[in-house]
Amino acid sequence: MADILVVVEHHEGMFRKNTLAAISAAKTLSGLIGGEVDALVVGNGVSAVAEAASGCGVRKVLVAEGAGFGRYLAVTFAPAVAEVALRFGYGAVLAPASTFGKDFMPRLSGLLDAPLASDIVGLGIEGGALCAKRPMYAGNAIGTVSMSGNPLLFTVRQTAFVPAPMNGTKASVEPVSVTAEAVGTIFLARRETKSARPELTEARVVVSAGRGIKARENFGMVEELADQLKAAIGASRAAVDAGWAPNDWQVGQTGKIVAPELYIALGISGAIQHLAGMKDSKVIVAINKDEEAPIFQVADYGLVGDIFKAVPELVAELRK
Amino acid sequence: MKILVSIKPVPNPDEKVKIKADGSGIVSENIKVIVNPFCEIAVEEGLRIREKHGGEVVVVTVGGEESEQQLRAALAMGADRAILVKAETVLDSLAIGKLLSKVVGTEKPDLVLLGKQSVDDDNTQVGQILSAILGWPQATFASKIELSADLTKATVTREVDGGLEMIEVALPAVVTADLRLNEPRYASLPGIMKAKKKEVRVVAAASLDVDVTPRVKILSYAAPKQRVGGGRVADVLELVSKLRNEAKVI
Repeated sequence: MADILVVVEHHEGMFRKNTLAAISAAKTLSGLIGGEVDALVVGNGVSAVAEAASGCGVRKVLVAEGAGFGRYLAVTFAPAVAEVALRFGYGAVLAPASTFGKDFMPRLSGLLDAPLASDIVGLGIEGGALCAKRPMYAGNAIGTVSMSGNPLLFTVRQTAFVPAPMNGTKASVEPVSVTAEAVGTIFLARRETKSARPELTEARVVVSAGRGIKARENFGMVEELADQLKAAIGASRAAVDAGWAPNDWQVGQTGKIVAPELYIALGISGAIQHLAGMKDSKVIVAINKDEEAPIFQVADYGLVGDIFKAVPELVAELRK
Repeated sequence: MKILVSIKPVPNPDEKVKIKADGSGIVSENIKVIVNPFCEIAVEEGLRIREKHGGEVVVVTVGGEESEQQLRAALAMGADRAILVKAETVLDSLAIGKLLSKVVGTEKPDLVLLGKQSVDDDNTQVGQILSAILGWPQATFASKIELSADLTKATVTREVDGGLEMIEVALPAVVTADLRLNEPRYASLPGIMKAKKKEVRVVAAASLDVDVTPRVKILSYAAPKQRVGGGRVADVLELVSKLRNEAKVI
């Protein structure tokens, strides 16, 4: 079997840990259909990224470096990955199902006329052929898909694969030369949502608030609870739509998919679209004054009550 | 300014989907079909651009005869005319991208708008595949689109992990709509009346010379693992005690 390539996500010179799930999925794939797993870093000034990737259990790390890759753009990354995949004859290419992978991987699919399975949560063999499992309908159905073509492309749901271990034996790092061509696209600016908290998709604990929080100011008590638990903060669509929380806090089908050890839902009713983003959390706590709220159906510990009373109590209790 | 908006009919996402007993598909009886919410946002954006800069909004979908209903819904919002690429078989994103590229070839729009994902298949693929086939710039997950005065460029704000990103794309380009690009209007009664008379041109997919053999095939559907929830605690003290001693997560 041809070898397998994982495209590494990085940001501001740092390796992003969501790549570890993609490497883990690539290893699973290798176990099913054979082939060695390599990593590819496309960027500029990415030696630390390549160094980090080299300790994640891959055979080698290819580095396509150039000034044209200084800022991520799908129009430059997709052809670069295509060039590497074709030159070395990779049989499969994987990337995280983040806004990075979801942006350039379909473009790669179009460039190579190659099949892409998005946001996969599993890989297996059925009837002698490779197939992938992927959530559809906001996670209310799991589709089993087969693919034909070459290479096979996958974006990988971060929460569905045990992250590959880091800091192992260092694999070799090899430069590859590829052309950077930005088809009519210029990067202008990036505005970060500043936060000293852990990344929403990587946090051990997530505290989320919904419509029940009623106002932006009331996020203060959510912050206090998050401080106690060293948690990331999330929000339901209702809270984001109301302008109480930044867009990239949204947890759900169209926002972030999270699966922390502990997810605390405050004043969130639990629409299908929200549940799609958090129902794989290990332990779910819901506090809501409406005892009929659907969130209670997925909660391990439901507390029917007023969040404005319960959350300060909870903070006080955790401080003890 | 000519804007082509590609839309997709989807089962109403507010109704819970039921999987057929044999896993061959989704139960479609008595399920309302609507325009995919992200596609509706794309239509609205097309209309707003036309209102500001003039031009024409053409909506297109790839699907069966019944998809005309969703095209009429977009016409009722205010789109000028519609194209139905009639296909009788199940198509994957690559096939749809190729068929749409043929429509782009004849319509020659300055801008193609799509929803960022459909809420049934949740693929997030067609816009990017289409722009790759066309060799055009792409801007996915758009929360703001501003056209330059000479209508040759668009500055697009994109919703990405960790914040927002601004890029400039030369037109023609493909842009996919995120949730907060706009709030779609409701069709007015006169709008609905007018839509009945607007043109819906039917093009047979088979006439477009595209190999539509699916490269990604859905073999079966299954229900996800059901979570056993419903546990209750009486108060905050019990909650903290359970989290510490039973779940051991704090």
